[in-house]
Amino acid sequence: MKYKLLSSITLTIVLTVPSLLQAADYVIDTEKAHAFIQFRIKHLGYSWLLGRFNDFDGSFSYDEADPAASSVEVTIRTASIDSNHAERDKHLRGKEFLEVDKFPQATFVSTGFTENDDKSAVLTGNLMLHGVTRPVNIAVKPIGHGPDPWGGKRRGFEGSTTLKLADYDIDFDLGPAAREVELFLSVEGIEQ
Amino acid sequence: MMWCDTHDRYGLISITLHWLVAAAVTGLFVVGLWMVELGYLHPWYQRAPDIHRSVGVILFAMMLAHAAWRYTNPRPAAIGSVTQRKAAAWMHRLIYILMYLLVLSGYLISTADGRGIDVFGLFSVPASISGLQSQADIAGEVHELLAFALIALTILHALAALKHHFVDRDQTLKRMLTIKH
Repeated sequence: MKYKLLSSITLTIVLTVPSLLQAADYVIDTEKAHAFIQFRIKHLGYSWLLGRFNDFDGSFSYDEADPAASSVEVTIRTASIDSNHAERDKHLRGKEFLEVDKFPQATFVSTGFTENDDKSAVLTGNLMLHGVTRPVNIAVKPIGHGPDPWGGKRRGFEGSTTLKLADYDIDFDLGPAAREVELFLSVEGIEQ
Repeated sequence: MMWCDTHDRYGLISITLHWLVAAAVTGLFVVGLWMVELGYLHPWYQRAPDIHRSVGVILFAMMLAHAAWRYTNPRPAAIGSVTQRKAAAWMHRLIYILMYLLVLSGYLISTADGRGIDVFGLFSVPASISGLQSQADIAGEVHELLAFALIALTILHALAALKHHFVDRDQTLKRMLTIKH
């Protein structure tokens, strides 16, 4: 009799513990805008021009026990580009830059995640922008994770990568100092 | 000096306004087409749109002045058959409507982010309607479409005037060219 109880308790523990360490799925908190996709590009070589994409969504999965199995996917509505200037943003959405009528979305789907000892990582994946899909590496740093005051659990990262405009068929000449654009991502996911 | 319009003739003010507006509309169209093709590094990349916007605002002021002038002056009688007079009335109405819509749509492009429009560095027209969904893009498409429509109408307008002059041999074109008869 004792053994049945003991074995059921053991079985319960054995079955529960791994789930505590299982991969957790997160939805990127765009609803409350705790995520940002920003870019910067040199203006004539004299200053940084900053902007962001206001409308995107995504999710990621992170496994503390097996970080390499982590994955991310993000979809950006390209028409939401916002550099705080109506005429410039209209130009950027147009046929000389993002052609958002033809390519209303940009997407990133990860293919790998390599974590270092200090928990920084390289996130590899395919970026589809302006209709062109290319592999990119995003340098990732975890910012923090844990419970929030409202009953949820969150985890956040920052990431950065540099893109060559010409690699994505954007060849409008902005001058020699503006061939590349740096992307900066700050995302917070809510555990599901 | 005949400044005002009469029952059958245009005065100097109307004639001057007409040709100033004709020049402004033609110039705006040509500059508009040219300026959107300029590369970012072209020396006129900033200057051409600045001039286009500034002249657009001045044109709007001229349109308002013209509306007030018409309202306070006798209307010279239309010339020609009933059909011709009706067609002319509609042609002119359409031209006015297109011009007002062009000014409005242009204004909505540049003020979509709440910024005002600087006019030759002298004053600024403040934004009023801004932040609408895709405001600059939609206003831009409307602006371009209406511009071509207006130029098509002004070509018809000019051809009609030439017809009146060379075929019908009436006063239509003459009275918009001179106050002497």
